[in-house]
Amino acid sequence: MKFTADRATLLKALAHVQSVVEKRNTIPILANVMIAVRDSHLTLTATDMEIAVVEEVVAQSSRNGACTAPAATLYEIVRRLPEGSDVEFDHAGGDAALRLRSGRYATSLVALPIDDFPAMTAGTLQHKFTLPAQTLRGLIDRTKFAISTEETRYYLNGIYVHAADLGGTKVLRAVATDGHRLARVEEPLPAGAGGMPGVIIPRKTVNELRKLLDEAQGEIDIALSDTRIQFRVGTVLLTSKLIDGTFPEYERVIPRDNDKVLRVSSADFAQAVARVAAISSERSRPVKMSLAKDLLVLSAASAEQGSASEELDADRVKYNAGPLEIGFQARYLNDITDQVKGDVEFRFSDGTLPTIVQDAGDASALYVLMPMRV
Amino acid sequence: MTQSLCRDCGAAPGDSPVCAVCGGRRIVRHDELFSLHIAHVDCDAFYASVEKRDRPELIARPVIVGGGVRGVVSAACYIARMHGVRSAMPMFKALKACPDAVVIKPDFRKYTDAARRIRALMESLTPLVQPLSIDEAALDLAGTEALHGAPPAAVLAKFALAVERQVGVTVSIGLAPNRLLAKIAAGRDKPRGFCVLGADAPALLAREPVRLLPGIGPAQARKLEALGLTRLGHLQGLDDRDASRLLGDDGPALTARARGVDTRRVDPARETKSISAETTFNTDIADAAALESHLWRLAEKLASRLKRERFAAGGVVLKLKTAAFASRTRTHRLAGPTQLPDVLFAEARTLLRREVDGTAFRLIGIGAAALAPGVEADRPDLADPAKPRMVAAQGAIDALRAKFGPAVIGRGRGLK
Repeated sequence: MKFTADRATLLKALAHVQSVVEKRNTIPILANVMIAVRDSHLTLTATDMEIAVVEEVVAQSSRNGACTAPAATLYEIVRRLPEGSDVEFDHAGGDAALRLRSGRYATSLVALPIDDFPAMTAGTLQHKFTLPAQTLRGLIDRTKFAISTEETRYYLNGIYVHAADLGGTKVLRAVATDGHRLARVEEPLPAGAGGMPGVIIPRKTVNELRKLLDEAQGEIDIALSDTRIQFRVGTVLLTSKLIDGTFPEYERVIPRDNDKVLRVSSADFAQAVARVAAISSERSRPVKMSLAKDLLVLSAASAEQGSASEELDADRVKYNAGPLEIGFQARYLNDITDQVKGDVEFRFSDGTLPTIVQDAGDASALYVLMPMRV
Repeated sequence: MTQSLCRDCGAAPGDSPVCAVCGGRRIVRHDELFSLHIAHVDCDAFYASVEKRDRPELIARPVIVGGGVRGVVSAACYIARMHGVRSAMPMFKALKACPDAVVIKPDFRKYTDAARRIRALMESLTPLVQPLSIDEAALDLAGTEALHGAPPAAVLAKFALAVERQVGVTVSIGLAPNRLLAKIAAGRDKPRGFCVLGADAPALLAREPVRLLPGIGPAQARKLEALGLTRLGHLQGLDDRDASRLLGDDGPALTARARGVDTRRVDPARETKSISAETTFNTDIADAAALESHLWRLAEKLASRLKRERFAAGGVVLKLKTAAFASRTRTHRLAGPTQLPDVLFAEARTLLRREVDGTAFRLIGIGAAALAPGVEADRPDLADPAKPRMVAAQGAIDALRAKFGPAVIGRGRGLK
C-alpha cells in the first residue's frame, strides 16, 4: 500500500474515527485504525465491536493495499505535522512496519495485519429514511441528558426511537429516561420510517453521532434493522449495534391530569435556580419551588453552608392554582431549561407526583420530572 | 492541668489513687477531661451480658451466644474471650477453644428491648445520638453542660452507672474531640471502661499497629504491612503526595485518620449503617436454584426488617461463605431506595448468578447498604410503570400478615 494524502483531510478523518477506539483496550487490535487504499479511495475504519466508523476520503494512491496502525499515535503524529503538508503512507504488506513521511519527517509504526481486524457487518438494513441534520441534532440534544447510566437496567442506557401513530398523525419519537426524569421528543415521521421497529440506540453511539453532526448540514441517511443502525454523515458511515432489550412502556408514567400550570421565562428561571443551588455543593440537594398566585420562590439549604432563596414575582411568573411546594434536583431542572428558549411551562399535580415540563412555544418536546422530598 | 473524675460518685479526687468521697478507685484523669464532648458508647459483650443478667447462675461461666448446628458466634462473654473465642467465629472452632462454654441461642427480642432502653437513656443526655449498631452509638454532648449542671464527662459516667442499674449490662465509653478518636477510646479500656483521648491522641496512636484504626481491615492491614507501614506512626509521617502515591486516592484521607483527624458530625438521622439477613446451611449448597430459594426467604426477611426499622435499601449486598470459609461480598447500588423483597431479590440474584460456579457454599446473606430513610422507599420510577402495582401488592401482603401472621400468605417461589 502506498498513497499520499493532505494533512488536513487526514487529520479530520482520523479525529472522526479515533474517538470510537476504546482508550483502555484489552484487545490490542481494537486500538488500531484500519487504513485501506484502493484506486485513490482511502478508507479509515475504527471499531470497538459495538460501533464501527468508516470514513472515506480521496488520496493519491500508487499501490493498493491495507494495514492497521495505532489510532491514537497516528492521530497525534498527523496533528503535529505542519499545516498544509502532505503525508506519504507506505506499507510493504504482511508484518512490515507502516512508514510515514512528510517533508523531512519520517516514522516507522508497528502495524498489525488486517486479518485480525474485526469486521462489523451491518447485515440487511431494511428500513431506510433520512432526517435533516438539524432535526437529528434536536432529537438527540433534547433527550440525551436523560439517558441512564445504571448497568442493571441496561435497556435504559440509550435513546429509544420508534414510530408512533397519534390518532392519524404519524411521528418519530425519541425517548430517554433514567427513572428520575424522562424526555420525549417527536418529529413528523419521515418517509420510509413507517414500518421501523422500536430501537434503543446506545449512549456511546449517540455521543459519537452527535460529534459528527456538529459540522453536518443537509440530510442524514439512516438505515436500520432489529439489531443494527447506520448513519451516513457526510463522508462518514457510522454503524452501531442496538441495545437488545425492551424499553419500558413510558406512556403509562406520563401524567395526564396535571392541572396546576406555572409559566416562567426559561432564562430567568434557570439563572435563579443556579444561583439558589450554589449554596450546596451536594449535587443531589433539591431546590424547593414554593408557589402562590403569580409568585415563585426558589430556595435551597445546606446543613453546612446555610441557605438561599430567590423570588420570581408577577412580572416574570404566571401561576393561577393553589399554593404548592415541590422540590427538584437543580441539575435536572437546568438540563431541561438548557433546551428551552422562551418560556418554560410546568404542569404539577402535587408535591410528590411526577411533573410535566414543556417549552411553552414548542410542543414537540415533553419532559417528566420526579420531585424530591423537601 | 490534669482534671480528674471519680466515675462512681462524680467527685474530683485530684492526684489521689482513691476517691476521698466514696473510696472508689475508678478514677479517670485527662488534661481535657471536662472540655471534650464527643462520646462513643459501646456495650460490653452485649448479647452475652443480657443473657448473664437474666441467668445469674452463668455469671462465672464462659457464655457464647450463637446458634444452629453450624452457626457462628454472635457474642462471647469476656470469660469465653479469654479462651480465644471471638464473635463471628464458627461455632465448632469456638467450642474447640472453649469446650466448657454455655451456648445460648440468640433471643433478639430481648436484645432489642435492652438496646431500646439504653437508647432512651442516651437520648435523655443529648438529642444528638447516632446509633451505629444495636449496641453502639456516637453522642455529641456539646452545649449540654448548662442543662445537666455538669460537664459531659461527668454526665457520661453517671449514664454508665444508670445503664448498669436499670438495664443490667455494662458499657464502655470513649470521650474525645471527634467520633473516630471516641470510638478508638471506647475500645481501649473494655469492659466497663472510660477512656479519654485528646491532644495526646496522635502520639498514643503512633505506637499502635495499623489495624487498630477503624476502617482498616485485615486485607488492607496486610497491604500496608507489605509496604513497611506497620504502625500508625508510619502513616502519620506520610505527606499527602506520598500518601496518594503509595496508597492511592484514599491515601491522604487514611493518613489524616491515622493522625486522629475526623470531621464527621454526630448525625442522629444517620442511624444504622446496614441491615441484613443471613443463614448458614445445614449442608453446603452449590445448586443455583436451592441458593435462590434461600435468597428469596432472606430477601423477604430483609424487607420486613427494613420496614420495621423505617429504612430503605439504597443498595444490595450479597454475602456468601464457601465451604472452605472464604467470604465473598458483592454489592450493587440500586436506582432508588427500596423496601420491596422482589427488588432486593432480583438484584441479589443477579449478583448470585455471577458467583454460582459449582462452588459449595455454607452461608448466604443479603444486606442493605447504604441505608436511606424509609419514606424514600419505592418512589414512583419513570422507567418502571409496573412499580405502583408491585408496591400495592406488597402492601396487601404486609397487611394480611400483620393481621393473620406471616404464614398466611407468601409467594410461590418461597414454597420450594
